[in-house]
Amino acid sequence: MLFHAILFYFFSVILIGAACGVIFSKNPVHAIMFLVLAFFQSAMLWLLVEAEFLAIVLVLVYVGAVMVLFLFVVMMLDINVEAIQRSLTRFAPFAIAVALLMAIELVQLIWLRSRTDAGPGVFESYPEGYSNTKALGSVLYTEHVYAFEIAAVVLLLAIVAAISLTMRKRPGLKVQNIGQQVAVRAKDRLRVVKMESEKKQ
Amino acid sequence: MIGLQHYLTLSAMLFVLSIAGIVVNRRNLILLLMCIELMLLAVNFNFIAFSRYLGDDTGQVFVFFILTVAAAEAAIGLAILVVLFRNRRSINVQELNTMKG
Repeated sequence: MLFHAILFYFFSVILIGAACGVIFSKNPVHAIMFLVLAFFQSAMLWLLVEAEFLAIVLVLVYVGAVMVLFLFVVMMLDINVEAIQRSLTRFAPFAIAVALLMAIELVQLIWLRSRTDAGPGVFESYPEGYSNTKALGSVLYTEHVYAFEIAAVVLLLAIVAAISLTMRKRPGLKVQNIGQQVAVRAKDRLRVVKMESEKKQ
Repeated sequence: MIGLQHYLTLSAMLFVLSIAGIVVNRRNLILLLMCIELMLLAVNFNFIAFSRYLGDDTGQVFVFFILTVAAAEAAIGLAILVVLFRNRRSINVQELNTMKG
């Protein structure tokens, strides 16, 4: 149990540090690297509470796909770093004041009950041979199957929206127009001319 | 003993940090998107902690859906960002005042 607590605090300190890095780093590429670190630490923390499937999904989908997408876009765009640096000093005191106030309130609220009632809420560990993935699947494909299908539609929508937003038509490009090619009829192109055959002289 | 409160506190700190990030990085649109991702991560922490505390797997199914929607949101948001940058040559939020009237 002590080892568990040490691991929890180790991962959480890195997670909070990485979150601070995301916020305060001046270079967007560094910010994304910190965000990757934050997601990885979160996956570790989820593994600690035996939510294995979601931990792996977080690493594969988030770090593997979404963060790489962010990295692509940041490297594609040419962002002025100095402008960000200037805005950091202007809003920082206000942001820190708001954050501190909210943090104090939330922590007070979370720990309020545990001081009066019995100790912190405990996660009961699963029995031997329990499969988190199997348990999730048995709920996901029965009770929440409609939500699952809607999630699929949302992803399809995202694909269509992202492609239709970023695709651009360049004028003057020599490409096939398939519709035009299929719609061609012989009588538009071919003209049969009746004429007398030539006589041999 | 690590329990529900520890995870909720961590999630609250993460959430508050991402709100601070939104205020601090008010100029850069891509950092705003990243702060929103961080905020969704904090929400997912809450869902997983409560799911484990109550012994109900539905919370983890919700995290699955939040991850799906967040991925879709990131894809569309970044597509909009790319189109914006192509048209305006800038992603500074304070220059995007065309709809101000």
